[in-house]
Amino acid sequence: MNKDGNEGFILKEDVKLMNEKMTRPEKEQVTFNKDRIAWRIGLNNFAKHLFFLSTVFAIVVLGILLYQIVVGSIGWLDWQFLTNNLSIFPEKAGIKGAIMGTLFLMMIVIPITLIIGVATAIYLEEYATEGRIQRIIKVNISNLASVPSVIFGLLGLTVFSRMLNLGPSILAGGLTMSLLVLPIVVVASQEALRSVPGFLREASYGMGADKWTTIWRVVLPISIPGIITGAILSISRAIGETAPLVVLGVPTLIMKIPTGIMDDFTVMPIQIYYWTLDTVLTPEYAYLASATIVVLLVTLFILNSVAIIIRNKFQKKF
Amino acid sequence: MESNNVREIIQQNIRKKNHFSDKLMPKIFLFMALISVVTTFGIVYTLIFDSIKFFSQVPISEVFSTKLSPLSKNPSFGFLPLLNGTFFTTIIAMLVAVPIGMGAAIYLSQFASEQIRKILKPVLEVLAGIPTIVYGFFAYSFVTPLLMKLIPSLGAKNVLSPGIVMGIMIIPMVASLSEDAMNAVPEIMKEGAMGLGSTKLETTTKVIIPASISGIVASVVLAISRAIGETMIVTIASGSAKNFTFDITQSMQTMTAYIVEFTSGDAGSGTVGYYSLYAVGLILFIFTLIINLIAQYIARKYREEY
Repeated sequence: MNKDGNEGFILKEDVKLMNEKMTRPEKEQVTFNKDRIAWRIGLNNFAKHLFFLSTVFAIVVLGILLYQIVVGSIGWLDWQFLTNNLSIFPEKAGIKGAIMGTLFLMMIVIPITLIIGVATAIYLEEYATEGRIQRIIKVNISNLASVPSVIFGLLGLTVFSRMLNLGPSILAGGLTMSLLVLPIVVVASQEALRSVPGFLREASYGMGADKWTTIWRVVLPISIPGIITGAILSISRAIGETAPLVVLGVPTLIMKIPTGIMDDFTVMPIQIYYWTLDTVLTPEYAYLASATIVVLLVTLFILNSVAIIIRNKFQKKF
Repeated sequence: MESNNVREIIQQNIRKKNHFSDKLMPKIFLFMALISVVTTFGIVYTLIFDSIKFFSQVPISEVFSTKLSPLSKNPSFGFLPLLNGTFFTTIIAMLVAVPIGMGAAIYLSQFASEQIRKILKPVLEVLAGIPTIVYGFFAYSFVTPLLMKLIPSLGAKNVLSPGIVMGIMIIPMVASLSEDAMNAVPEIMKEGAMGLGSTKLETTTKVIIPASISGIVASVVLAISRAIGETMIVTIASGSAKNFTFDITQSMQTMTAYIVEFTSGDAGSGTVGYYSLYAVGLILFIFTLIINLIAQYIARKYREEY
């Protein structure tokens, strides 16, 4: 602990001085000691405020960001904006297509990630025995979670868009997104399954149930709030993600509204992306981007609030 | 043999494999769990397969050159400008995220009262939940014009602004991981230092931080990986200039931005330019993989056990 020596020495010195103070109170030494302590306390308070400022700094930036975006969207965000189709005239442009695209994308992402994610978690927590396969899957999931999203875009472009010939369709985008957010669902479901107390399982086995019945009738129902919370978090990640879809080749301008999963589509983040890029030509697009960001953030805020409510209300404590 | 011992009955039922479901279900779940492994193989396969096509057409010496002009008539594929762009945005982001994130972690874990912590921490986590495209918009339409007032020579697209914004985005990650590491230091050690008369600051710098240094370093390493892989902020605010420069007031292209620019551009399938995407993707993948393995290694190897 005393590698840097100096300050540590002062610490010991102070203790020594304090002891000396108790036995024979000499005036000079006491004043020196007081100065020293005052300096140390002052330094402590200074540091405390510095640390507080750095915590608040991020929050102040968040405030500025939200303020800028909300101010930019005023006058542009109205019912028409939500229900109009895309237009090259900023006054008439709306994001109905992007909203529908996001909804369609979720229709693919939610079932796929839930089924694969929960099944993976059940395998890891309930069936897998300590061994090579379990270790490979675990390491794999933690590494997959840290692969940059743009790489998933390349995977989608090669496998779904070109090899399976799906093009930049909702299905291709949904599959790509599902793989991207899969680790989030797996980890959340694992935690939910792990939190089911052992005595409930034992009670189920004790009453004659076999393993699958125990999982299906006892473990899963109890862990559903945790699983749903994880699912919602993964959905909000998928809604806000842009890079994989851009790489997949989701086009700039979609004038028609998608009607099926094989249609071309656009989503809110992509709309923001292209409008931001085009502000050089048409400054009004900045307001449209702001308005879209407000819609996106409100959606995410609602989703996360629902997740918190579910976690607090329905999660049983044992 | 029926046993009267409840525990034995339980154990028997756990082992019971009479039912069809108990033979089939583990296999179904294993199959589902292997999908994530297949995904990793898919990523590695696509990246390597198309990178080989790239490297068979472009000599390695060209890859390490500073001339990148993929769409010109006589294309050249030097990736050093991209590595350079990624390096500078990451360094700037770290200069912002590490000191401020550490400060926040120290404040939240050592100084803040329980009530203040309960308010500040969720707000900080909101920052982590905002989509990166929103930060990109913020960097381009607010931070860059703001910085232009301070540095008149700043380009409309530059490295400084996305670097700073990316740093702000990463603050919650550094703060929360470092805070976890600091909270894991046993209370006894802290109380020991306080009992010897040290202030909270001295306790933090001489006891808490040395004891949790592995977790703190791991959090910083993970943040670096995050910054390298970050895409939308740099694509929007840092632009696509492919010059090899050290001037952070000018536009540079990162590896991620190159991938986005090229796929949304007109790279026809089968051209060298198209395969160059996968080569850049492979380099990016290897970079982040190695960094993550280092982080895991540090966290495991140097973890202090109490």
